[in-house]
Amino acid sequence: MSNTILGRKLGMTQIFDHLGNAVPVTLIQAGPCTVTQIKSERKEGYNAIQLGFGERKEKRTTKPAKGHFEKSASSPKRYLREATVSDPDLYELGQVITAGIFKVGDVVDISGTSKGKGFAGVMKRHGFSGFKATHGTHESKRGPGSIGASADPSRVFKGKKMPGQMGNRKATVQNLKVVDVREDQHLIAVKGPVPGAKNGLLIIKKAIKKPQTESTPPPPETESDGE
Amino acid sequence: MNTLEMYEKEHMKRDIPDTPIGSNVKVHYRIIEGEKERIQIFEGVVIARKRAGIRSAITVRKVSAGIGIERVFPIHSPKIERIQVTRLGRVRRSKLYYLRALRGKKARIREKDQY
Repeated sequence: MSNTILGRKLGMTQIFDHLGNAVPVTLIQAGPCTVTQIKSERKEGYNAIQLGFGERKEKRTTKPAKGHFEKSASSPKRYLREATVSDPDLYELGQVITAGIFKVGDVVDISGTSKGKGFAGVMKRHGFSGFKATHGTHESKRGPGSIGASADPSRVFKGKKMPGQMGNRKATVQNLKVVDVREDQHLIAVKGPVPGAKNGLLIIKKAIKKPQTESTPPPPETESDGE
Repeated sequence: MNTLEMYEKEHMKRDIPDTPIGSNVKVHYRIIEGEKERIQIFEGVVIARKRAGIRSAITVRKVSAGIGIERVFPIHSPKIERIQVTRLGRVRRSKLYYLRALRGKKARIREKDQY
């Protein structure tokens, strides 16, 4: 089965585990996702499935998009995202992927678009300390201070932490534990926060850094180059 | 009601007694000590209530050996076995933080008149 599903962040709350400890959870509406296109090594050069999630009004769908959805006999979807798969022949057009691909205890990685903070200074963006509020500080209380040496090297190094856009970019949180799955209600709950605002699109994948469950094939073995 | 509220509601207790501000309560709290489990009773005055679905909590204050002790109990926690209301108080505030500055006779709360 697929190891990826699209979802919508519903918000955070807490539940109590069997010991009575409060567990912070994020509730996610995960799926149902329709397979709208299958990409294969032979044709497109790589193996992937395209997943559609969320309803889109018929009248707001362009004719080319309608044609695309008709191929998989699916209703128009709001979001289309690709998920890499090892064997595209396991999937068929129009197949529906539900939250049931995960079970309680699984570990997942969740990506989303982080909340935008606009053009932020270095204190907010990089956690710089700024300057003292008193004791003669003038003109600069939240500035970055020195950004480098003088004649040598006569330039500012690449990657220097400076003010700029903060947030509103793709962010991934790895190794979130699944604490609840409701396949019939298309709900999953994970422990801890996930990126983005409520109603934001999330891409939920099986964790790449944790042991996989038996439903997914092991990653291809890398060849060792001998001694 | 949205999905989040519905999900919270499923995990909430349904049989929680009303614990008005100013009332005296006994909170039966389950304590796990290694293998053993026992119930501790914390008795005091409800000085604050937080109404937030499953995160609802009450703050209970008591004076023990001359030292004021306040505990915040998440009322939906399974560790709370039972809450008993022993006396209703007549108060005109929703948060009784002024009790912290008072001691002895001044920290008393009048009993609510029953009709």
